[in-house]
Amino acid sequence: MTALAEERKTVGRSSSSHAIAELLLRFRELGIVLALVLVVGGTTIDNHRFLSLTNVQQVLSAASIIALLAIGETIVIITRNVDLSIGSVLGISAYATGELYHHHPHVPLALVFLLAVGIGAAFGVVNGVIVTVVRVPSLVVTLGTLYVIRGIDGAWAGGNQVNASMLPNSFNKIGYGTIAGVPYLGIIAIVAVGIATYAMRTFRTARDFYAIGSDPEAARLAGIPVGARVFLAFVLSGAIAGLAGAVWLSYYASVDAIAGVGYEFQVITAVVIGGVAIFGGSGTVLGAALGALLLNTINSALVVVNVSSFWSQAFAGGLLVSAIAFDRLIAVRVAPALRTRRRARV
Amino acid sequence: MSDLGFQPREEAPTTEQPARSRLHVFVRWEILLLAVLGGTIAFGADVSPYFLQSTNLFYICLNVGEVAIMALPLTLIVITGEIDLSVASTLGLTGVLMAELFKHGWPIWPAMLAAVALGVVLGAFNGFLVTRIGLPSLAVTIGTLTLYRGIAQGILPTDTIGGFPTYLTKIGVVPIPGTHLPYSIAFFAVLAIVFAVVLHATPLGRAIFAIGAGQEAAFFAGIRVKRIKFWLFVLSGAMCGLAGVLWSLRFASARYDSGSGLELFVVTIVLLGGVSIFGGRGTIAGVIVAVAVLGCLQTALTADLMPAQDQNIVVGALLVASVIVPNGGDLYRRARVRLRSAAARRHAAAAQAESQ
Amino acid sequence: MTTMHSQPVLSLEHAQKRFGAVHALEDGDIELFAGEVHGLVGENGAGKSTLVKILAGVHRPDGGRLVLDGEEAVFDNAKQSQAAGIAIIFQEPTLFPDLSVAENIFVAMQPLKRFRRIDGRRMRREAAGFFEQLGVRVDPDRLARGLSIADQQLVEIAKALTANARVIVMDEPTAALATAEVERLFGIVQTLRARGNAVLFVSHRLEEIFAICQRVTVMRDGRHVLTKPIEELTTQSVIRAMVGRDMDALFPKVATDPGGVVLKVDRLTREGVFTDVSFEVRSGEIVALAGLVGAGRTEVARAIFGIDRWDAGTVEIHGRPLQTGSPTMAMAVGIGLVPEDRRQQGLVMDFSIERNIALASLDTVSRGGLIPRGAERKFAKDWALRLQLKYGKLTNPAWTLSGGNQQKAVLAKWLARRPTVLIVDEPTRGIDVATKAEVHRLLSELAAQGVAVLMISSELPEVLGMADRIVVLFEGRVTREFARAEASEDAIMRAATGIIEEAA
Repeated sequence: MTALAEERKTVGRSSSSHAIAELLLRFRELGIVLALVLVVGGTTIDNHRFLSLTNVQQVLSAASIIALLAIGETIVIITRNVDLSIGSVLGISAYATGELYHHHPHVPLALVFLLAVGIGAAFGVVNGVIVTVVRVPSLVVTLGTLYVIRGIDGAWAGGNQVNASMLPNSFNKIGYGTIAGVPYLGIIAIVAVGIATYAMRTFRTARDFYAIGSDPEAARLAGIPVGARVFLAFVLSGAIAGLAGAVWLSYYASVDAIAGVGYEFQVITAVVIGGVAIFGGSGTVLGAALGALLLNTINSALVVVNVSSFWSQAFAGGLLVSAIAFDRLIAVRVAPALRTRRRARV
Repeated sequence: MSDLGFQPREEAPTTEQPARSRLHVFVRWEILLLAVLGGTIAFGADVSPYFLQSTNLFYICLNVGEVAIMALPLTLIVITGEIDLSVASTLGLTGVLMAELFKHGWPIWPAMLAAVALGVVLGAFNGFLVTRIGLPSLAVTIGTLTLYRGIAQGILPTDTIGGFPTYLTKIGVVPIPGTHLPYSIAFFAVLAIVFAVVLHATPLGRAIFAIGAGQEAAFFAGIRVKRIKFWLFVLSGAMCGLAGVLWSLRFASARYDSGSGLELFVVTIVLLGGVSIFGGRGTIAGVIVAVAVLGCLQTALTADLMPAQDQNIVVGALLVASVIVPNGGDLYRRARVRLRSAAARRHAAAAQAESQ
Repeated sequence: MTTMHSQPVLSLEHAQKRFGAVHALEDGDIELFAGEVHGLVGENGAGKSTLVKILAGVHRPDGGRLVLDGEEAVFDNAKQSQAAGIAIIFQEPTLFPDLSVAENIFVAMQPLKRFRRIDGRRMRREAAGFFEQLGVRVDPDRLARGLSIADQQLVEIAKALTANARVIVMDEPTAALATAEVERLFGIVQTLRARGNAVLFVSHRLEEIFAICQRVTVMRDGRHVLTKPIEELTTQSVIRAMVGRDMDALFPKVATDPGGVVLKVDRLTREGVFTDVSFEVRSGEIVALAGLVGAGRTEVARAIFGIDRWDAGTVEIHGRPLQTGSPTMAMAVGIGLVPEDRRQQGLVMDFSIERNIALASLDTVSRGGLIPRGAERKFAKDWALRLQLKYGKLTNPAWTLSGGNQQKAVLAKWLARRPTVLIVDEPTRGIDVATKAEVHRLLSELAAQGVAVLMISSELPEVLGMADRIVVLFEGRVTREFARAEASEDAIMRAATGIIEEAA
C-alpha cells in the first residue's frame, strides 16, 4: 500500500484538545522559539549572568558551528539517508586548515576556506558514490567513513597540535570578532542558514530531495534522477562539514586530532528537534538551525544553574529520543485530526 | 517486483531474480572470509615472530572477547532487519554502575549482577521504543547510544574506579588454567554454541530469519514479530551488560568512556561475518570467523606498532568493504542484465523493422 | 451525442501478453477517441489490468500493437507513455505525502522564473486554476498527507492535465469513493470530455458505466468480447457478455453433508470498512464471499484471522468467542488464512520452499525444541506430494516457483496445520488453468474432510462452481446470501454492484 493509502481507512476525528499540538506541529519553528524563550527566561531568572553579552556570544558562536553542520545533515536526512561522518570531516578539515597556515602563513583567507570546503566535498563524494552507485545503506557507509576519516586525521596529526600562534590574525578574528555585538560566526551561520532555507524552497533540485525522501519509488517513476540527487546531498553535506571545520578552527584557535568527535550525534539531535523527520521527506533547515541553537542554549543553561556539564551528553541523548518519540506519537494520534487543515511546512 | 501504484490484479510471475537473493555470493562469502583470515594470520606472522605462538592466542582472544559477546545478539537483531548502535554505551554504563556500587560497599558479585540487570533494562528501553512506539531502530539507538554514555559520564565524569578483587581481575592477565584462552572467550564460545543452535535449529531461529526476509509473511504465519524483536533488544542489553562487567574486570578499572567507539567493531564483525544489512540472512559460523579475523587483525596491527587511531582506519575500511563486496557483485550483475536486455531490444527492433 | 473523430487518439490492436504460463491477454482491442468516455468492463482476470498497463507503457505486448495518432507506438517504460500524453489515474494514487498539493502536481516540472528559481506563486495559481476548471475546491498549499482518496485522485488528474495528457485512463476510480465524491468525479469526467480528452473508464460498477460512458468494451478471459455504443446496451446484456461462457466441469465441488456451525460471524463491524457482516460456515461447507474489489471481503477475512481489529460484533469458533487482534489466537483455534497477496503475505520469497511450507508448523516439526536435520524437508516433501507441487529442489527459494505452485506452497503451509477453518483469499488469481483445477479439487477434498472453507473470490464461475453458499458484499455490507441452487452469475453480479432488488 502506498504511504497515503495506508491512512485512508482512518476515520477523521476532530478534537479541540489537540489545538496546541496542532499549532506546534504546523509551526515547529515557532515551538522551538517558544522553548528557547522559556529556557532563556527561566535560566536568567535564576542567574542574571546567563544573559550577559559574553555568554550570549559564546552560546551563539558554538551553536553556529552545529547549525552549519545541521544544514548539510538536514539535506541528507531529508533524502532518507544519514551522514555519520560529518564530525570526522570537520576534524580533518580543521586540522588541514591549521597545517596549511602552519606551513603557508600568508595564504589568502578565501583560498583557505575554499580548500576546507574542497576537502569536505571530496569525502562527500566518496560517501555519495558508495551510497548511490554501490547501493550500500548510508548508515553503514558513513559509520565506516566516520572511523576511517578520523583515523586518517589521527595518523596525520600524530601528537601534533596547531595553536593560535600559528594562525594569522585575520583568520582568528573570524572566531572572536563581532559586529554590533553579534559574533562573526553567528553572522556566517545566519547567512548560511538563510541561503540554504531559501534554496531549499526555490530550486527544483531541492524539491527533488523532499520528493525522494517522501517516496523514493514514486520519485523514480516521476523521472527524478534519484541517484544523482542523493549523491549531491552527500557532497553538500561533506562540503559544509569541511567549511565548518575551518570555522571551528577560527573559533577554538587550536586543534589536535580529536576535534569534532561526537558532533554527528549532536547534529542529528539538533536536526530531529528542529522537526526534520528521521524518515525523510520533511523538515526545514531553519528548524534544524534553531534546534542547534536550542540545544546549545540548554547546555549552557545547565551549566549556569550548576548542573554539571558532564550531564550534557545524557541530556542530548534524552532529548533526541524524546523528540523522535514525540514526533511519532503526534503523527499517529493527532495527524488524522489535522487532515483538513495542515499546510505545507517545507 | 511489483509496479508502484498498479494493483496487480492479474499476476505477472517474475523470473527476474529479486535483488536480495544472492545465494551464490553467500556461499562463497564464507570461503572468502576464511581466505581473509588466512591472510590476516599470514600478515601477523610476518610482522612478529611471536604471532603464531600459542601464548599469543591468549592476547588475540583477549582483545576481542567482549566485542565478540556483543556481536552475537546484534547478529540476531540485524537478521531481523533492525540495528542496535547502543551496544558500546551499554557496556560503558553497566561497567560504571558495577564500579559505583562496588565503591559504595556492595560486594562484587551483587554489583556484577546489578550491572547485567541494568543491561536488561537498557535493552528493554530500546526494545520498547522500537516495538511499542514504532520508532526506527537506527534513530532510537543513536539516541540511546548518546543517552547511555551521557548517563555514564554524569555518574562518573572524571574518575576511574578500580580496586576490584584480584581473583576476578586476573581474567585480564591469566588464561584459563590448562589452556591459552582468556575467560571472556570461553563465555563467547559457550554463548556462540547456544546462539548457533537457536538460530539455525529452532523454531525461534526460523522465525528470526522470516522476520528479516519477509516480515509481513512472517506475521501472517503467526510469528509474533514485535515480541521477538523486543526480547532480542533485551538480550542485547543483557549481553552488553555482561560484556561491560568483563571489560571492567579485564582492565581492572571502569571509566565513563570505557569501550567508547566499540560499536564500530561489533557492527564490523557482524557484517564481515556475512550477515546481510538488509536482514534475513547470516550465520553464526560466519560471525565466529569474523571474530577471529578481527582478533588476529587487531593483534597483528598492534604488534606492527600501529596506533589505535590508525587501526580504526583499517576496521572502518573493512566495514565498508564487507558491504560493498556483496553489493558490488549485484552491481556487476545488474549492469550485465541491463546491457543484455538493451541488446535484446535492439535485436527485436531490428527484426521487427526487417519483417515490415 | 458522441463526438467522434475519424481516427482514434489511441488504440490497441489484437494485443497479446503472456506471463509465463498465464495468458493474461489473448486479444486486447480498444479504440479511444477524443471527447469520448469509453467504459471498459470485465471480471477480474478478464485482462483489463494488463491492457491498461500496456497503454501505460509498463508492459510491452508480446503480440499486436499500440497505435497513437495513427502511427505505431512503442513504449519502453511508463515515462515514455506519459510523455506521449497518456495518463493513468490509479485506484490508490501515489502522491508524495510530505509535499503540498501544488508541488505534487508539478513534481519535477515546476514552473520557473529567473535564475531557475521555482515560481511558487505561478505554481499555486495554475494549480488553483486546474481545480477551478475541474469545478472542485482543493487547497493547493495543503500537504498531500491526509487528503481523502477522492481528493488524491483529483490531484492525480490535475497532474495529468499539467502534463498535457490527451488520454486519461481511470482504473477503478470509484472503488474507494463515497457517493458524493463519485458525483463530483463524474462532473470532472464530463469536463475532461468537453475539453477533448479521451477518457478510458475501467470499472465494475455498471450504473456508473451507464451514467457516463458513450461506448463500452467488454472483455472476458483475456479477449475482447464486444464494443458498442451505450445506447445499444443494457445492464443485462453487459453482464451476459461479461460472464457468458460454457460452464464446464472445471469446478467439481463434491456435494457434502455439512456438519455443525464452525465459524459464526455476527454483526462484525470495523468503522469505515465493513458494517454488520454476519454469516456462518459449517463443517464441510464452502462459503464464498463474493463482491467487487473494495467491497471489504479481504478486510473481513483479515479481521477474523486477527491481522486487523474489529470494533463491534463477534466471531465464534465452535460456539466460543474469538478474541480480536492476533493471528496467534486465530491459529490456536484452528483458523488458517491463505492471503490475497502471496508474494508479500503468503510466502517469504527468499526462503526455501521447504522452509516456507514448514513455517506455520515449526512446533510440529521440532523435537524437544530443536528442528532435526531434514525434518522440514521431509515434512515439506510430504505435503508437496499431496498437493502435486512442481518444484526443482525443495531447497530452491520460493520465487523460483511458478505462480500456481507458489499458491500450492501457501496452501500446503496451511493444510499442514490441519485447520478447522480455512480462509482462502482469491485462491486461483493469476495462476494457470491446470493448476486452478487442482486447487479447486483440493478445496473440495478439504471440505469433504470436514473443514469449513471460507473462500473469497472475484471470479463468478469459481464462486458458482465451488460454493455451497454465497455471501455477497457491497461497500462493506452483506447485500444478499444465496444457496448454491438459487445463485446465478447475473444475480451475484447484481448484488455485487449494489443493485437492490426485491426478492424474486
